[in-house]
Amino acid sequence: MEYFLLFISAIFINNIVLVQYLGACPFMGTSKSSDVALGMGGAVIFVTLMATAITWPLHQYVLIPNGLEYLQTIVFILVIASLVQFVEMFLKKVIPPLYKSLGLFLPLITTNCAVLGVAIMVQRNGYSFIKSMAYGLASGIGFLIALVIISSIRERLDIAPVPHVFRGVPIALITAGIMSMIFFAFKGMVA
Amino acid sequence: MSRLVKEFVKGLWDELPPFRVLLGLCPVLAVTSSAENGLGMGMAVIFVLTMSNLIISSIRKVIPAKVRIACFIVITASLVVTVELLMQAYAYPLYQKLGIFVPLIVVNCLILGRAEAFASKNGVVLSIADALGMGIGFAASLTFLGAVREVLGAGTVFGVPVMWESFKPAEFMIMAPGAFVGLGVILAGMNAFNRYQSRKKGEEVPDVMNGGCAHCGACGGIQDLKDK
Repeated sequence: MEYFLLFISAIFINNIVLVQYLGACPFMGTSKSSDVALGMGGAVIFVTLMATAITWPLHQYVLIPNGLEYLQTIVFILVIASLVQFVEMFLKKVIPPLYKSLGLFLPLITTNCAVLGVAIMVQRNGYSFIKSMAYGLASGIGFLIALVIISSIRERLDIAPVPHVFRGVPIALITAGIMSMIFFAFKGMVA
Repeated sequence: MSRLVKEFVKGLWDELPPFRVLLGLCPVLAVTSSAENGLGMGMAVIFVLTMSNLIISSIRKVIPAKVRIACFIVITASLVVTVELLMQAYAYPLYQKLGIFVPLIVVNCLILGRAEAFASKNGVVLSIADALGMGIGFAASLTFLGAVREVLGAGTVFGVPVMWESFKPAEFMIMAPGAFVGLGVILAGMNAFNRYQSRKKGEEVPDVMNGGCAHCGACGGIQDLKDK
Protein backbone atom coordinates (compact mmCIF):
# COMPACT_ATOMS: atom_id res chain seq x y z
CA MET A 1 0.00 0.00 0.00
CA GLU A 2 2.82 2.36 0.86
CA TYR A 3 4.45 1.75 -2.50
CA PHE A 4 1.15 2.10 -4.31
CA LEU A 5 0.67 5.53 -2.77
CA LEU A 6 4.27 6.48 -3.56
CA PHE A 7 3.68 5.49 -7.18
CA ILE A 8 0.43 7.38 -7.54
CA SER A 9 1.91 10.38 -5.82
CA ALA A 10 5.04 10.47 -7.97
CA ILE A 11 3.23 9.88 -11.26
CA PHE A 12 0.19 12.10 -10.83
CA ILE A 13 0.08 14.25 -7.71
CA ASN A 14 3.69 15.38 -7.75
CA ASN A 15 4.28 14.87 -11.45
CA ILE A 16 7.92 15.58 -12.04
CA VAL A 17 7.44 18.00 -14.95
CA LEU A 18 4.07 19.55 -14.41
CA VAL A 19 4.14 20.05 -10.66
CA GLN A 20 7.83 19.97 -9.76
CA TYR A 21 9.13 21.63 -12.93
CA LEU A 22 12.03 19.21 -13.37
CA GLY A 23 13.03 18.42 -16.92
CA ALA A 24 11.17 21.33 -18.46
CA CYS A 25 13.77 21.81 -21.24
CA PRO A 26 13.33 18.38 -22.86
CA PHE A 27 9.62 18.68 -22.10
CA MET A 28 9.48 21.67 -24.44
CA GLY A 29 12.29 20.61 -26.75
CA THR A 30 11.32 17.05 -27.61
CA SER A 31 7.55 17.25 -27.56
CA LYS A 32 6.92 18.12 -31.19
CA SER A 33 6.02 14.58 -32.25
CA SER A 34 4.78 11.68 -30.20
CA ASP A 35 7.34 9.17 -31.54
CA VAL A 36 10.18 11.32 -30.31
CA ALA A 37 8.34 11.84 -27.02
CA LEU A 38 8.04 8.08 -26.47
CA GLY A 39 11.73 7.54 -27.15
CA MET A 40 12.78 10.36 -24.86
CA GLY A 41 10.45 9.19 -22.09
CA GLY A 42 11.76 5.64 -22.34
CA ALA A 43 15.34 6.83 -22.17
CA VAL A 44 14.57 8.99 -19.12
CA ILE A 45 12.96 6.06 -17.26
CA PHE A 46 15.96 3.87 -18.05
CA VAL A 47 18.63 6.37 -17.05
CA THR A 48 16.78 7.57 -13.94
CA LEU A 49 16.59 3.99 -12.67
CA MET A 50 20.25 3.30 -13.42
CA ALA A 51 21.36 6.60 -11.92
CA THR A 52 19.37 6.05 -8.72
CA ALA A 53 20.70 2.51 -8.42
CA ILE A 54 24.27 3.80 -8.51
CA THR A 55 24.08 7.12 -6.69
CA TRP A 56 22.09 5.81 -3.72
CA PRO A 57 24.71 3.29 -2.50
CA LEU A 58 27.47 5.72 -3.40
CA HIS A 59 25.96 8.41 -1.20
CA GLN A 60 25.08 6.12 1.70
CA TYR A 61 28.26 4.00 1.80
CA VAL A 62 30.96 6.31 0.47
CA LEU A 63 30.03 9.95 0.92
CA ILE A 64 28.27 9.84 4.29
CA PRO A 65 30.81 7.67 6.19
CA ASN A 66 33.60 9.97 4.99
CA GLY A 67 31.72 13.17 5.78
CA LEU A 68 31.72 14.25 2.12
CA GLU A 69 28.02 15.00 1.67
CA TYR A 70 28.82 18.44 0.33
CA LEU A 71 30.36 16.78 -2.75
CA GLN A 72 26.97 15.26 -3.59
CA THR A 73 26.26 17.49 -6.58
CA ILE A 74 29.60 17.03 -8.28
CA VAL A 75 29.74 13.26 -7.66
CA PHE A 76 26.19 12.69 -8.86
CA ILE A 77 26.56 14.65 -12.07
CA LEU A 78 29.82 12.87 -12.86
CA VAL A 79 28.19 9.51 -12.25
CA ILE A 80 25.26 10.42 -14.47
CA ALA A 81 27.45 11.81 -17.26
CA SER A 82 29.68 8.76 -17.37
CA LEU A 83 26.73 6.42 -16.91
CA VAL A 84 25.01 7.90 -19.95
CA GLN A 85 28.12 7.40 -22.07
CA PHE A 86 28.54 3.90 -20.75
CA VAL A 87 24.92 2.89 -21.27
CA GLU A 88 25.14 4.20 -24.79
CA MET A 89 28.20 2.09 -25.62
CA PHE A 90 26.70 -0.94 -23.91
CA LEU A 91 23.41 -0.72 -25.77
CA LYS A 92 25.16 -0.18 -29.08
CA LYS A 93 27.16 -3.38 -28.65
CA VAL A 94 24.73 -5.65 -26.84
CA ILE A 95 21.14 -4.65 -27.58
CA PRO A 96 21.14 -2.84 -30.95
CA PRO A 97 17.32 -2.71 -31.29
CA LEU A 98 17.00 -0.88 -27.99
CA TYR A 99 19.88 1.37 -28.98
CA LYS A 100 18.09 2.24 -32.17
CA SER A 101 15.02 3.44 -30.32
CA LEU A 102 16.72 5.14 -27.36
CA GLY A 103 20.23 5.90 -28.63
CA LEU A 104 19.44 9.25 -30.12
CA PHE A 105 18.07 10.57 -26.85
CA LEU A 106 20.69 9.30 -24.46
CA PRO A 107 23.18 12.15 -24.93
CA LEU A 108 20.43 14.67 -24.28
CA ILE A 109 19.82 13.19 -20.87
CA THR A 110 23.05 14.27 -19.19
CA THR A 111 21.66 17.78 -18.98
CA ASN A 112 18.16 16.67 -18.02
CA CYS A 113 17.30 18.04 -14.59
CA ALA A 114 14.90 15.19 -13.94
CA VAL A 115 17.63 12.56 -13.61
CA LEU A 116 19.88 14.56 -11.28
CA GLY A 117 16.80 15.92 -9.52
CA VAL A 118 15.49 12.47 -8.64
CA ALA A 119 18.92 11.32 -7.45
CA ILE A 120 19.22 14.32 -5.13
CA MET A 121 15.59 14.27 -4.03
CA VAL A 122 15.62 10.68 -2.77
CA GLN A 123 18.61 11.57 -0.59
CA ARG A 124 16.92 14.69 0.78
CA ASN A 125 13.75 12.72 1.52
CA GLY A 126 15.76 9.95 3.19
CA TYR A 127 14.21 7.08 1.19
CA SER A 128 15.46 3.51 1.53
CA PHE A 129 17.07 1.87 -1.50
CA ILE A 130 13.93 0.01 -2.65
CA LYS A 131 11.80 3.08 -2.09
CA SER A 132 14.29 5.21 -4.04
CA MET A 133 14.15 2.83 -6.97
CA ALA A 134 10.35 2.83 -6.89
CA TYR A 135 10.37 6.63 -6.75
CA GLY A 136 12.81 6.81 -9.67
CA LEU A 137 10.67 4.49 -11.76
CA ALA A 138 7.46 6.33 -10.93
CA SER A 139 9.00 9.73 -11.69
CA GLY A 140 10.22 8.43 -15.03
CA ILE A 141 6.75 7.13 -15.85
CA GLY A 142 5.28 10.47 -14.82
CA PHE A 143 7.69 12.22 -17.19
CA LEU A 144 6.78 9.81 -20.01
CA ILE A 145 3.05 10.33 -19.49
CA ALA A 146 3.31 14.11 -19.41
CA LEU A 147 5.56 14.15 -22.47
CA VAL A 148 3.35 11.83 -24.52
CA ILE A 149 0.21 13.79 -23.65
CA ILE A 150 1.68 17.16 -24.55
CA SER A 151 3.26 15.89 -27.75
CA SER A 152 -0.09 14.54 -28.92
CA ILE A 153 -1.68 17.89 -28.12
CA ARG A 154 1.06 19.77 -29.94
CA GLU A 155 0.61 17.63 -33.04
CA ARG A 156 -2.99 18.79 -33.09
CA LEU A 157 -2.05 22.39 -32.31
CA ASP A 158 0.05 22.50 -35.45
CA ILE A 159 -3.07 22.45 -37.57
CA ALA A 160 -5.19 24.56 -35.22
CA PRO A 161 -5.84 28.25 -35.93
CA VAL A 162 -3.69 29.61 -33.11
CA PRO A 163 -3.08 33.40 -33.11
CA HIS A 164 0.20 34.04 -34.87
CA VAL A 165 2.15 35.38 -31.90
CA PHE A 166 1.20 32.39 -29.76
CA ARG A 167 2.32 29.78 -32.26
CA GLY A 168 5.08 27.38 -31.28
CA VAL A 169 6.47 27.54 -27.78
CA PRO A 170 4.06 30.07 -26.17
CA ILE A 171 0.94 28.01 -26.85
CA ALA A 172 2.80 24.85 -25.79
CA LEU A 173 3.65 26.50 -22.49
CA ILE A 174 0.08 27.59 -21.93
CA THR A 175 -1.10 24.07 -22.75
CA ALA A 176 1.39 22.76 -20.23
CA GLY A 177 -0.07 25.21 -17.71
CA ILE A 178 -3.56 23.83 -18.26
CA MET A 179 -2.23 20.26 -18.01
CA SER A 180 -0.49 21.22 -14.80
CA MET A 181 -3.78 22.52 -13.44
CA ILE A 182 -5.39 19.18 -14.28
CA PHE A 183 -2.64 17.31 -12.51
CA PHE A 184 -3.14 19.57 -9.49
CA ALA A 185 -6.67 18.21 -9.29
CA PHE A 186 -5.27 14.77 -8.40
CA LYS A 187 -4.16 16.33 -5.15
CA GLY A 188 -7.76 16.95 -4.21
CA MET A 189 -8.74 13.41 -5.17
CA VAL A 190 -6.39 11.80 -2.67
CA ALA A 191 -6.65 14.33 0.16
CA MET B 1 36.29 47.62 -27.35
CA SER B 2 33.15 47.77 -29.45
CA ARG B 3 33.21 43.96 -29.66
CA LEU B 4 33.32 43.83 -25.89
CA VAL B 5 30.28 46.05 -25.57
CA LYS B 6 28.50 44.05 -28.27
CA GLU B 7 29.06 40.73 -26.49
CA PHE B 8 27.87 42.25 -23.23
CA VAL B 9 24.78 43.90 -24.63
CA LYS B 10 23.51 40.95 -26.68
CA GLY B 11 22.63 39.03 -23.51
CA LEU B 12 20.52 41.95 -22.31
CA TRP B 13 18.17 42.02 -25.27
CA ASP B 14 19.01 40.34 -28.59
CA GLU B 15 19.67 36.94 -27.07
CA LEU B 16 17.99 37.56 -23.75
CA PRO B 17 17.68 34.27 -21.88
CA PRO B 18 15.13 32.83 -21.29
CA PHE B 19 12.68 35.06 -23.18
CA ARG B 20 14.50 35.20 -26.51
CA VAL B 21 16.51 32.03 -26.28
CA LEU B 22 14.76 29.32 -24.32
CA LEU B 23 17.49 28.11 -22.03
CA GLY B 24 17.44 26.78 -18.50
CA LEU B 25 13.69 26.47 -18.24
CA CYS B 26 13.55 24.51 -14.99
CA PRO B 27 14.75 27.29 -12.68
CA VAL B 28 12.81 29.84 -14.73
CA LEU B 29 9.58 28.03 -13.99
CA ALA B 30 10.35 26.81 -10.53
CA VAL B 31 11.86 29.68 -8.59
CA THR B 32 9.88 32.59 -9.98
CA SER B 33 7.03 32.31 -7.48
CA SER B 34 8.31 35.60 -6.05
CA ALA B 35 10.59 38.37 -7.27
CA GLU B 36 12.98 37.74 -4.40
CA ASN B 37 13.49 34.08 -5.27
CA GLY B 38 13.97 34.96 -8.93
CA LEU B 39 16.61 37.54 -8.07
CA GLY B 40 18.39 35.11 -5.71
CA MET B 41 18.54 32.41 -8.36
CA GLY B 42 19.64 35.00 -10.91
CA MET B 43 22.54 36.10 -8.70
CA ALA B 44 23.66 32.49 -8.23
CA VAL B 45 23.57 31.96 -11.98
CA ILE B 46 25.52 35.18 -12.65
CA PHE B 47 28.23 33.98 -10.30
CA VAL B 48 28.46 30.46 -11.70
CA LEU B 49 28.24 31.60 -15.32
CA THR B 50 30.91 34.30 -14.98
CA MET B 51 33.31 32.04 -13.11
CA SER B 52 32.77 29.10 -15.46
CA ASN B 53 33.27 31.27 -18.56
CA LEU B 54 36.39 32.76 -16.95
CA ILE B 55 37.89 29.37 -16.11
CA ILE B 56 36.90 27.64 -19.32
CA SER B 57 38.11 30.41 -21.60
CA SER B 58 41.44 30.58 -19.80
CA ILE B 59 42.11 26.86 -20.11
CA ARG B 60 40.32 26.32 -23.42
CA LYS B 61 43.53 25.44 -25.22
CA VAL B 62 44.40 22.73 -22.71
CA ILE B 63 41.04 20.94 -22.77
CA PRO B 64 41.02 18.10 -25.33
CA ALA B 65 38.07 18.50 -27.68
CA LYS B 66 36.84 14.97 -27.09
CA VAL B 67 36.25 15.33 -23.37
CA ARG B 68 35.38 19.01 -23.30
CA ILE B 69 31.76 18.53 -22.21
CA ALA B 70 32.89 16.41 -19.27
CA CYS B 71 35.43 19.09 -18.34
CA PHE B 72 32.77 21.81 -18.54
CA ILE B 73 30.49 19.76 -16.30
CA VAL B 74 33.21 19.23 -13.70
CA ILE B 75 34.09 22.93 -13.64
CA THR B 76 30.44 23.97 -13.38
CA ALA B 77 29.74 21.39 -10.70
CA SER B 78 32.63 22.60 -8.55
CA LEU B 79 31.37 26.16 -8.85
CA VAL B 80 27.85 25.10 -7.96
CA VAL B 81 29.14 23.34 -4.84
CA THR B 82 30.89 26.60 -3.93
CA VAL B 83 27.65 28.52 -4.37
CA GLU B 84 25.78 25.94 -2.30
CA LEU B 85 28.22 26.27 0.57
CA LEU B 86 28.26 30.08 0.35
CA MET B 87 24.47 30.20 0.36
CA GLN B 88 24.26 27.86 3.32
CA ALA B 89 26.64 30.13 5.20
CA TYR B 90 25.31 33.57 4.27
CA ALA B 91 21.82 33.23 2.81
CA TYR B 92 20.32 30.17 4.44
CA PRO B 93 16.62 31.21 4.15
CA LEU B 94 17.07 31.74 0.41
CA TYR B 95 18.92 28.42 0.12
CA GLN B 96 15.98 26.67 1.75
CA LYS B 97 13.47 28.40 -0.50
CA LEU B 98 15.32 27.54 -3.70
CA GLY B 99 15.75 23.99 -2.41
CA ILE B 100 16.74 21.42 -4.97
CA PHE B 101 17.21 24.04 -7.68
CA VAL B 102 20.50 25.22 -6.24
CA PRO B 103 22.35 21.96 -7.03
CA LEU B 104 20.43 21.77 -10.29
CA ILE B 105 22.23 24.90 -11.57
CA VAL B 106 24.75 22.29 -12.74
CA VAL B 107 22.43 21.10 -15.46
CA ASN B 108 21.21 24.56 -16.43
CA CYS B 109 21.61 24.57 -20.22
CA LEU B 110 22.46 28.27 -20.12
CA ILE B 111 25.80 27.62 -18.43
CA LEU B 112 26.85 24.63 -20.50
CA GLY B 113 25.51 26.33 -23.59
CA ARG B 114 27.62 29.47 -23.09
CA ALA B 115 30.66 27.36 -22.25
CA GLU B 116 30.28 25.36 -25.44
CA ALA B 117 29.16 28.15 -27.74
CA PHE B 118 31.28 31.01 -26.48
CA ALA B 119 33.88 30.47 -23.77
CA SER B 120 35.54 27.52 -25.50
CA LYS B 121 36.16 29.66 -28.59
CA ASN B 122 36.90 33.15 -27.27
CA GLY B 123 39.35 34.95 -25.02
CA VAL B 124 38.99 35.58 -21.30
CA VAL B 125 37.81 39.20 -21.39
CA LEU B 126 35.23 38.62 -24.11
CA SER B 127 33.95 35.54 -22.29
CA ILE B 128 33.48 37.48 -19.08
CA ALA B 129 31.58 40.19 -20.95
CA ASP B 130 29.41 37.52 -22.54
CA ALA B 131 28.78 35.81 -19.20
CA LEU B 132 27.95 39.06 -17.40
CA GLY B 133 25.55 40.13 -20.14
CA MET B 134 23.82 36.77 -20.30
CA GLY B 135 23.81 36.38 -16.51
CA ILE B 136 22.38 39.84 -15.86
CA GLY B 137 19.80 39.31 -18.60
CA PHE B 138 18.81 35.99 -17.05
CA ALA B 139 18.62 37.47 -13.54
CA ALA B 140 16.56 40.43 -14.74
CA SER B 141 14.17 38.12 -16.63
CA LEU B 142 13.73 35.87 -13.60
CA THR B 143 13.09 38.87 -11.38
CA PHE B 144 10.60 40.26 -13.89
CA LEU B 145 8.70 36.98 -14.24
CA GLY B 146 8.85 36.55 -10.45
CA ALA B 147 7.48 40.07 -9.91
CA VAL B 148 4.63 39.54 -12.39
CA ARG B 149 3.64 36.26 -10.76
CA GLU B 150 3.98 37.71 -7.27
CA VAL B 151 1.81 40.74 -8.08
CA LEU B 152 -0.95 38.64 -9.58
CA GLY B 153 -0.62 35.74 -7.16
CA ALA B 154 -0.03 37.50 -3.87
CA GLY B 155 -0.45 41.23 -4.53
CA THR B 156 3.10 42.04 -3.47
CA VAL B 157 6.50 42.76 -5.01
CA PHE B 158 9.55 41.76 -2.96
CA GLY B 159 7.09 41.22 -0.12
CA VAL B 160 5.77 44.82 -0.26
CA PRO B 161 2.02 45.09 -0.93
CA VAL B 162 1.40 47.06 -4.11
CA MET B 163 -2.19 46.30 -5.04
CA TRP B 164 -5.30 48.06 -3.82
CA GLU B 165 -7.01 46.83 -0.69
CA SER B 166 -9.88 44.85 -2.20
CA PHE B 167 -7.54 43.06 -4.66
CA LYS B 168 -8.02 39.31 -4.48
CA PRO B 169 -4.79 37.54 -5.41
CA ALA B 170 -5.14 34.62 -7.82
CA GLU B 171 -3.20 31.91 -6.06
CA PHE B 172 -3.06 30.10 -9.39
CA MET B 173 -0.27 32.42 -10.50
CA ILE B 174 2.22 31.44 -7.82
CA MET B 175 1.65 27.73 -8.31
CA ALA B 176 2.97 25.53 -11.11
CA PRO B 177 0.26 26.28 -13.71
CA GLY B 178 0.86 30.01 -13.34
CA ALA B 179 4.54 29.50 -14.14
CA PHE B 180 3.80 27.85 -17.47
CA VAL B 181 1.04 30.25 -18.44
CA GLY B 182 2.98 33.32 -17.29
CA LEU B 183 6.06 32.37 -19.31
CA GLY B 184 3.91 31.47 -22.31
CA VAL B 185 2.16 34.84 -22.28
CA ILE B 186 5.45 36.72 -21.92
CA LEU B 187 6.94 34.80 -24.87
CA ALA B 188 3.87 35.63 -26.93
CA GLY B 189 4.35 39.26 -25.92
CA MET B 190 7.95 39.12 -27.13
CA ASN B 191 6.74 37.70 -30.45
CA ALA B 192 4.18 40.46 -30.80
CA PHE B 193 6.82 43.08 -30.03
CA ASN B 194 9.21 41.62 -32.62
CA ARG B 195 6.50 41.69 -35.26
CA TYR B 196 5.58 45.26 -34.40
CA GLN B 197 9.21 46.37 -34.55
CA SER B 198 10.03 44.78 -37.86
CA ARG B 199 6.82 46.07 -39.35
CA LYS B 200 7.73 49.58 -38.25
CA LYS B 201 11.13 49.23 -39.84
CA GLY B 202 9.48 47.94 -42.97
CA GLU B 203 11.34 44.65 -42.80
CA GLU B 204 9.84 41.29 -43.45
CA VAL B 205 7.81 40.01 -40.53
CA PRO B 206 9.95 37.34 -38.83
CA ASP B 207 8.79 33.83 -38.42
CA VAL B 208 7.61 32.89 -34.95
CA MET B 209 10.42 32.54 -32.48
CA ASN B 210 10.84 28.85 -31.92
CA GLY B 211 13.52 28.38 -29.36
CA GLY B 212 14.17 25.06 -27.78
CA CYS B 213 16.80 22.53 -26.97
CA ALA B 214 18.45 23.25 -30.31
CA HIS B 215 19.79 26.54 -28.97
CA CYS B 216 21.42 24.83 -26.08
CA GLY B 217 24.59 23.61 -27.71
CA ALA B 218 25.51 21.43 -24.78
CA CYS B 219 23.47 18.51 -25.95
CA GLY B 220 24.58 19.12 -29.50
CA GLY B 221 28.13 19.05 -28.26
CA ILE B 222 27.65 15.64 -26.78
CA GLN B 223 26.07 14.56 -30.02
CA ASP B 224 29.22 15.69 -31.86
CA LEU B 225 31.27 13.72 -29.45
CA LYS B 226 29.45 10.58 -30.42
CA ASP B 227 30.07 11.06 -34.09
CA LYS B 228 33.82 11.43 -33.73
